[in-house]
Amino acid sequence: MKLARSAAAIAIAALALTACAPPTSNNAASSSDEQTGTVRVWLFSEVNQDPKSAVVKEAVTEFEAAHSGAKIDVQYIPVDSRAERFKAAFNDPSSAPDVAEFGNTDLASYVASGGLADVTEDIKSWDEAKDLDQKILDTTEIDGKNYGVPWFVGVRALYYRTDLLQQLGLEVPKTLDEVETVARAVRAANPDLLGISVGGAAQFSAMPYLWANGGEIATKEGDTFVAGLDSKESREGVAAYTRLLKDDICPAQTCAEFGGNASVQQFIAGKSAMTIGGDFNYKAVAASAIKDKFAVVPVPGKTAGSIAPAFAGGNNLGVFNSSERRTLAADFVKLLASKKYQQKMFDSMGNLPTFSDVQKSVAENNKQVEPFINTLGAGTKFVPVTENWSTIDAQGVFTGMYQKVVTGKADVNAATTEAATAMNTAFGAK
Amino acid sequence: MTALTPVLPEAPQGGTPAKGPTTAARKSQRFANGKRGLEPWLYLAPAFIVLIALLGYPIFQLINVSLYDYRQAQVSGKAPLNFVGLENYQKLFADPQFWTVLGNTVVFATACVVFTLLVGSSLAVLATRLRPWVRSMLFVVSLGAWATPAVTGSAVWLFLFEPTLGLVNKSLVAIGLTQFEGYSWTYDKWSAFGLVASEVVWCSFPFVLVTVYAGIQAIPTEVIEAARIDGASMPRIARSIMLPMLRPIVIVVTIQSIIWNFKIFSQIYIMTNGGGIAGQNLVLNVYGYQQAFAASLYGLGSALGVIMTALLMVITLVYLRILKRTGEAL
Repeated sequence: MKLARSAAAIAIAALALTACAPPTSNNAASSSDEQTGTVRVWLFSEVNQDPKSAVVKEAVTEFEAAHSGAKIDVQYIPVDSRAERFKAAFNDPSSAPDVAEFGNTDLASYVASGGLADVTEDIKSWDEAKDLDQKILDTTEIDGKNYGVPWFVGVRALYYRTDLLQQLGLEVPKTLDEVETVARAVRAANPDLLGISVGGAAQFSAMPYLWANGGEIATKEGDTFVAGLDSKESREGVAAYTRLLKDDICPAQTCAEFGGNASVQQFIAGKSAMTIGGDFNYKAVAASAIKDKFAVVPVPGKTAGSIAPAFAGGNNLGVFNSSERRTLAADFVKLLASKKYQQKMFDSMGNLPTFSDVQKSVAENNKQVEPFINTLGAGTKFVPVTENWSTIDAQGVFTGMYQKVVTGKADVNAATTEAATAMNTAFGAK
Repeated sequence: MTALTPVLPEAPQGGTPAKGPTTAARKSQRFANGKRGLEPWLYLAPAFIVLIALLGYPIFQLINVSLYDYRQAQVSGKAPLNFVGLENYQKLFADPQFWTVLGNTVVFATACVVFTLLVGSSLAVLATRLRPWVRSMLFVVSLGAWATPAVTGSAVWLFLFEPTLGLVNKSLVAIGLTQFEGYSWTYDKWSAFGLVASEVVWCSFPFVLVTVYAGIQAIPTEVIEAARIDGASMPRIARSIMLPMLRPIVIVVTIQSIIWNFKIFSQIYIMTNGGGIAGQNLVLNVYGYQQAFAASLYGLGSALGVIMTALLMVITLVYLRILKRTGEAL
């Protein structure tokens, strides 16, 4: 009796399992393209929100005046919970916006989810598009199609303390090797200071070292990416970066856990002689106690006079696949991402523009952005544009590699081999 | 001594009627009236419906999802949904990281359970010997720790153990232990686990304290007195009278602790920044979150969830089994 009952229960469970697959939603592109109505827009909320809202409001007014019957409804969403928001929007197209701002490293996974519309044609037919920085535009491209318009860009450069270097008679480093020797010299003279504050989890500070040494995170071969971390050049880059996280520069005990923000905080607090920080950190440094004692130069490359390729961070504007007002949405993207509004965003928020000519003109008029614009001009690089990168990132494969080396859990060869294997497994998941 | 034994198993269970006669009576009634067979189920129906809705369905979906290649692309309908059978499980079992994380979880949770029980029970015994107002103070303070949300507690502990400015390191340096100057508690794998474990013990011992204290209070004083008159020493009373009478409570507290501590998430996630340097402090729950939600590998994450559920059920069953074998029925 008991046996029969459990057998029946198992049979029912098995039947249920094969009969109903887990829920999926239909995220096909919308067929309608209405010319009136409300276009819903998601933008990221900022710590200092007002200047951004003011510029966006101006764009909305201009857009609504030019498109009768169309309204723009802007919502500001927090950056921290963006993943849940976007996933929910992909799962339930009826609650999705038409236009959204998103980080460029998130683009590939959004495209893989079928959430973003192909805007290649919109960019082609847009007269301002020819001035877009090609390297930045490339970060929005998958299989020859663009899925977003770069709205602003963020790059990192080398911040250093002018007073400390002067006291010790040290020259501003002109190569990556000199960064290391200068950092060591400063700490030798001031044991309380970090020579350069970098972090085991600060992946965007580590990437220039990798690329300047000729290494690659991964290269595209046919349809898939192949990890390049275990090449001789990559290993040199990893070794060079991890040499900074030693007791005589930035002790692993302190620095192994630092992310990019934490390492810049050390510099702001006056506890380090140098750091690798972004253009977006400039305001905070310039408002700190060391405001008169620092300067910024591009992160140097292997040879004097060269610039290490920087990671091209930044945000895009894109159109949702499920939008029922595709043309209006794309028009609004083109307006908000136009030269005029990028200039306004720079003036109010300090966001670096994505048009080469606008970059040049802001650098001429604003000395403090020059090192960042020069870094952009020297050519930037990006993480592999594939949805698997967000998996790799979430699993901490790339930063884990550095942390294993600096904590002595593995040597450079073992750590890079292990990371490359983990990445190839992730790239292979289709 | 022998005169006492019949009272023992019943007393702490709070008025459970003696088993023998009632079961027999029920049986005979059931045989007398065949229709009664359905009636108990009818009474149980509301509970069953709630259980199935809140527990059965989610577990069903968890198992279901774990058998598919189910990522964000599949959820939003961009990629075809493929039934992969046990592939997610095979992937996990073949991954050395999974075994490391499993090992971490077992060691970490066991330590948490043991220390929580030790601290909680010792304080409970201590509480019975304190003056009322001191005891009240002890209870208020420990209830404060219990009431503190895990997130807040973790943040406060991190402040206390901050390498350069934290109170703990400053105090240690002040008493002459200069090697703690700038010492990072989260740098080394086991010191990080130790730090988190101490926070976990801190916020979960009050439950043990309160429950065990209530259990001790429920032991009739006559029983102890009788033992004393019979000439039993205090350790003997503790071993032969109090512990057996506290058994059901200790069992419940232990199982609760095992389940809670295997499922620790917030403390590890916050105090080691999502799993520690190069993932050295990952435990199953944080690992599952990382795979399922951060990396959007819902299928793999669900497989981890199933493994965890199964593991906890097995541990609980084995524990109950061992107890049953070594002692009287529960």
